[in-house]
Amino acid sequence: MGEMEQMKKEADGLKTQIEAARKAVADTTMSAASAAVAPAPRVQLKTRRTLKGHLAKIYAMHWATDSRLMVSASQDGKLLIWDSHSGNKINAVPLKSSWVMTCSYAPSGNLVASGGLDNMCTVYNLKTPVVKTVKELDAHTGYLACCRFLSDSEILTASGDTTCALWDIESGKQKTVFLNHVGDCMCLSLSPDMNTFISGACDSLAKLWDVRDGTCKQTFQGHTSDVNAISFFHNGNTVITGSDDCTCKMFDLRADQEVISYQDAQLNAGVTSLALSVSGRLMFAGYDDFNCNIWDTLKGEKVGVLSGHDNRVSCTGVPPDGMCVCTGSWDSFLKIWN
Amino acid sequence: MSSKMQSANNIAQAKRAVQQLRIEANIERIKVSKASADLMNYCGEHAKYDPLLMGIPASENPFKDKKPCTIL
Repeated sequence: MGEMEQMKKEADGLKTQIEAARKAVADTTMSAASAAVAPAPRVQLKTRRTLKGHLAKIYAMHWATDSRLMVSASQDGKLLIWDSHSGNKINAVPLKSSWVMTCSYAPSGNLVASGGLDNMCTVYNLKTPVVKTVKELDAHTGYLACCRFLSDSEILTASGDTTCALWDIESGKQKTVFLNHVGDCMCLSLSPDMNTFISGACDSLAKLWDVRDGTCKQTFQGHTSDVNAISFFHNGNTVITGSDDCTCKMFDLRADQEVISYQDAQLNAGVTSLALSVSGRLMFAGYDDFNCNIWDTLKGEKVGVLSGHDNRVSCTGVPPDGMCVCTGSWDSFLKIWN
Repeated sequence: MSSKMQSANNIAQAKRAVQQLRIEANIERIKVSKASADLMNYCGEHAKYDPLLMGIPASENPFKDKKPCTIL
């Protein structure tokens, strides 16, 4: 038998083994297990703020750890820093390239980062008298879809070149490159203990990685199209994904499989973004059909909807104190709801 | 790329795929019933700290517009 046939045989055997191992622990489903749990209350949230200031589609937003400030990115070529309580703009950062797709606030509050079709991740210092560019992280050969700071010295990126990377900001170099996806990487989420992160890609898979040694530890299948959004549950054992296949899914890391799917026969729009409430019981998912649906994560049922945007909801975020949910849209507005 | 290089590449790729599958096949898995129970416990314990789930009294809502007081 040729070497290629031998390896194909071994690969097929391993895939069968993995499927069997997953089946062996699938003694119930999340929906069945949660039948006894009281349903989540019907959630009716009101728009408390409509933040106007961007002149074009908003592609991304990210809360600061103080739960008050947030950064938003628009293809009008600007990052805006907002004080969500007052609704005021604190800072406007002009971007070299207006084709921005992602932005991130560092946990310290000192830095923000953005990137997009320029294939770079640019880091800015907000604390200098005038906002300054700290570094342009340039090594990806595809667009920058997502970035998240670990600290003021390290940042993770997900790129259309199918790789993710961990960068040392000071040197501007990639410390670790995460290779395994076969489609554009679209999103990433860091685990609460920061030792692992999960990525979603256009190959319809989600993958769990070790931040330090670069290995792919687990792969989660189930979606049938691009995985656009991903978030770790706060307990660090579960992950929720959102996809162009119009569903969201919960994968449990320790059971190594999908445990629930959030879908509705009437929902025909792709999921663009998602965020979890602080207990994890509620999930806010933004869709191409201009709405943000609220799901009971344990029971898999829709418990509310945030309607108000006049175009696709492109980003959602819940601040660390859980006091509200923010939605950003192609209609150029951000809304704060609670 | 010569066809010899191409097939060497394909073999290298196939080897990496098999290596990755070996890593993923060897992990320990817990039962879905245990995973679900742990998740339900987590949500249950943290529910009371979840403002969006519990509701926020107007006096504690930083996003509620404060109405001016009128003295009658």
